[in-house]
Amino acid sequence: MTDFNHVIERLKTNRLWRFPGGVHPEDNKQLSNQVAIERPPLADVLYIPLKQHIGDQGHCIVSEGDHVLKGQALTTTYHPYAVPVHAPTSGTISHIGEHVSAHPSGLTEASITLVPDGLDEWCQLQPHADYMSMDKLKLIEILCDAGISGMGGAGFPTHIKANSRKTIEFLIINGIECEPYITSDDRLMREYAWQIRQGMDILQHIIQPKAVVVAIEDNKPEAIEAMQIACNQKPDCHIVSVPTVYPAGGEKQLIQVLTGREVPGDGLPEDIGTVMFNVGTCFAVADAVCNGKPLIERVVTLTGGGIKQPKNVWAMLGTPVSHLVEYAGLLAPQEEESTIIMGGPMMGFTVGNPLMPVVKITNCLLVPEPNELRQGDNERPCIRCSACADACPASLLPQQLYWHAKAKEYDKAQSYNLFDCIECGACAYVCPSDIPLVQYYRQAKSAIRNERDEKNKAEKAKARFEARKARLDAEKQEREERHRKAAEARLAAAKAKTASADNTASQVEQKSKSAAAAAAIARAKAKKAQQQADVATHTDTPAVDTATTEDARKAKVAAAVARAKAKKAQQTETAHNADAPAADTATTEEARKAKVAAAVARAKAKKAQSKESHFVEEKPAEDKKKKAEAQPDDNVQEDKKARVAAAVEKAKAKARQRAQARQKEQGAEE
Amino acid sequence: MMKLRVSSSPHQRITRDTGAVMRLVMYAAIPGLLAQAWFFGWGVLIQLVLAITICVASEALILTVRKKPVYFALTDYSAVLTGWLIAVSIPPLLPWWMTFIGCAFAIIVAKQLYGGLGFNLFNPAMVGYVVLLISFPAAMTQWTPTTSQNMIQPDFADALHIIFTGFTVSGHDIEQLRFTVDGTTSATPLDYVKTALTQGNTYSESLAHSTFSGGFFDAAGAGWGWVSLAYLAGGLVLLQQRVISWHIPMSLLGGVFVTSLILHMTNGDIFGSPLFHLLNGAVMIGAFFIATDPVSASTTPKGRIIFGAAIGFWVVIIRVFGGYPDALAFSVLILNMAVPLIDYYTQPRTYGHRAKRQSVEQK
Repeated sequence: MTDFNHVIERLKTNRLWRFPGGVHPEDNKQLSNQVAIERPPLADVLYIPLKQHIGDQGHCIVSEGDHVLKGQALTTTYHPYAVPVHAPTSGTISHIGEHVSAHPSGLTEASITLVPDGLDEWCQLQPHADYMSMDKLKLIEILCDAGISGMGGAGFPTHIKANSRKTIEFLIINGIECEPYITSDDRLMREYAWQIRQGMDILQHIIQPKAVVVAIEDNKPEAIEAMQIACNQKPDCHIVSVPTVYPAGGEKQLIQVLTGREVPGDGLPEDIGTVMFNVGTCFAVADAVCNGKPLIERVVTLTGGGIKQPKNVWAMLGTPVSHLVEYAGLLAPQEEESTIIMGGPMMGFTVGNPLMPVVKITNCLLVPEPNELRQGDNERPCIRCSACADACPASLLPQQLYWHAKAKEYDKAQSYNLFDCIECGACAYVCPSDIPLVQYYRQAKSAIRNERDEKNKAEKAKARFEARKARLDAEKQEREERHRKAAEARLAAAKAKTASADNTASQVEQKSKSAAAAAAIARAKAKKAQQQADVATHTDTPAVDTATTEDARKAKVAAAVARAKAKKAQQTETAHNADAPAADTATTEEARKAKVAAAVARAKAKKAQSKESHFVEEKPAEDKKKKAEAQPDDNVQEDKKARVAAAVEKAKAKARQRAQARQKEQGAEE
Repeated sequence: MMKLRVSSSPHQRITRDTGAVMRLVMYAAIPGLLAQAWFFGWGVLIQLVLAITICVASEALILTVRKKPVYFALTDYSAVLTGWLIAVSIPPLLPWWMTFIGCAFAIIVAKQLYGGLGFNLFNPAMVGYVVLLISFPAAMTQWTPTTSQNMIQPDFADALHIIFTGFTVSGHDIEQLRFTVDGTTSATPLDYVKTALTQGNTYSESLAHSTFSGGFFDAAGAGWGWVSLAYLAGGLVLLQQRVISWHIPMSLLGGVFVTSLILHMTNGDIFGSPLFHLLNGAVMIGAFFIATDPVSASTTPKGRIIFGAAIGFWVVIIRVFGGYPDALAFSVLILNMAVPLIDYYTQPRTYGHRAKRQSVEQK
């Protein structure tokens, strides 16, 4: 990375770097930059899209029929990547719903239809005269609330850029305006240099860069002079005249030209100590802080051979294209097919519906004469002349990208860095075969994005399914484990009994003790069972009762037998090979039966509200079981919580990622 | 409601389309063509008309068979240029049917069977030329002497006659036309030096022959040097008009210069000087008009330099050590084969990325 002092040294002597490629289309700026910015009459209806920036859409806080004042916020949001939109004039909300968007697709999007009342009545504004003493965060909040997003073309929320946590060496103010025909920034700099300077001061106060650089193309000498006068007293501010070549105004290209640094492929300008704002954004920043005005209008160039009086105008956001074009005067008769380009001839898009509104990033409406711009509709085969590669400012190989995009070999296209294409159009501009290269890249990019989304969706579904499966498996395993342990315990008990009879005297003694204990337990159980059965008699069915009592009796008998055996074993101290095991087995068997019976009886008894009949010894076991049962529930709940948290986290990460990606993809005109 | 036309950006393009590029190349080749016609007679122009006609007809035929729009494809002028390049490469009095074979093969096999313009791996004109050179080696080396050294001066009718019948109006055949004023059979300067060297003469001794008299430099063959300079002038116009980039021509000439210089310095008796190699044969027209054929050349900036320099190197190597007196066509075709490889390994570093090879290694 080039050293700060070295860069400053070169900026002072106007020895700039250059970016590879670039083209020199005729700029045709003299058409529209001769007269001062005008203010056209109010449109009959304004269509205000809820989202005019890159990021998330806010939600509407007005409803149909409401009367709003000029500058009143129409949306609100808590999302960090969203800014509100405001009423450009006072009037009535007539409709909230879908309207054609200012987007190449011409699809509809959520918009507010405002019918102006003609009074143009401001809401209460809060100007801040002394921003120098204000807290940085408060200023950032003001920028956000004023709805300011990058006005050069990308529309990235300004408050996010201004709130960089990295150390910024260069605050770059972009007055390049490299697209042919467009003169809105040119006129703005000529007429409002002081307010731009004010915006620069505010941004400088927030960001605290080491130096401020204002870059203007050398085909705008008047703008350079105006900015020089405005920044005369400003130390550490460099007004730099940049050679005119398209796309010098691209964020990445301008950073390269001014600093010799390259924004890393997976990074942002702030990663190399730079941050860039358009001159129009600076103007809006000053308006927001010093006048308290939100962003509700901008300068739009109305130009082209098809316009009677090319000029720049202050257009309220939401003004339909047709209103402005008619204001400037269309040369072609209404019946004839014409072309209106929103933006410049290189990166702009054609307007498909005359009611398309002006939004925060609309800098130009270009109406060319039929043969003014050479479209080149006759696509011929690529002759591999590499004029495109020579023109590419990102040093891509447009030709390879074209082959792979056309063949739908998207992984190959990506290996040639398709996503580093800034869609500046230089390649298609020079192509002798009239191949619409950029269109191929756009299609490939969106196909890849769709594919990626599909894949993500599938992966998420798979992860969800697997998590569920794992949870069910775990539950099942737990259940089985419990069953296995119970069975083992039973088996162990049985073994203990058998062994007591089989083994040597001392062992027999020991075993017989346990046998005696078992017998005692069995006895106790039997007793209890009987008690319980007695208690339960009232409610229980006779059959069960009989069975219970009978079992209890049997258990009693068995217990007695066991006791006898134990005693006998103790006395004789010899193994009763034949009798004892059988008897013991019987005992255990009976005891188990007794237990079962007791359990049944218990259940019944419980039902019959007899609390005393609960066995003390079995309580813990029951508790444990309860716990075991409860646990999966807890697990489920906790799992759910964790998943919700994870999802929230993921969504946040995604939003962050998306915003970063968008910031990175910002078009040439930022 | 106004009617609006919708299209994709950019909405503006330069006016120089493929056809204009091809036409500019031909305009720039006119000085060379005129010089060739001046020194080698009417045959050059007759072959030009013949070759272009055959090429365009072949192209139209195949396009019709392939059910492609014929007029649209023909207006890219690529077939015309192919015919032009074949015509100025072959001996001016070559029998018409050989020209026919070369041109038809170039367009039908080397170009259209590969998919047409933009898809051919090899330079069609050079394929056509090499097919003729391999099939008819004798006829393809029967260059008549420059007009100043001709014993018999064939006029337009003679040239037309000999191309189509094998004999001039007065009954001379091609062998008789090749006699020079000093009674020997003429040869191209490259051919002459090659033969002289095998006969035990030194390089400087062989330059004493009449083939080289009249050249403005000792090393340039009579007439041939002027032709080369005419093509150089046309090539510089192409550079100035940005029809071609400097990479291929400059690296090609550099390759020829460096290779021949090294050889000449090791042994000046048997290896020709750089000027000898640059001003004789097809190096100049090759550097600016043939190797720069975009379709079959390398496309990356670095790749184009490698491509050109390697052609220059091969030309000298084959001329000096190989069996053929000239080798531009072979060298171009050999390097056409290497283009995919060269392009793959010379991709430029994308903005904000590390060099491709580095990032691959790090993966």
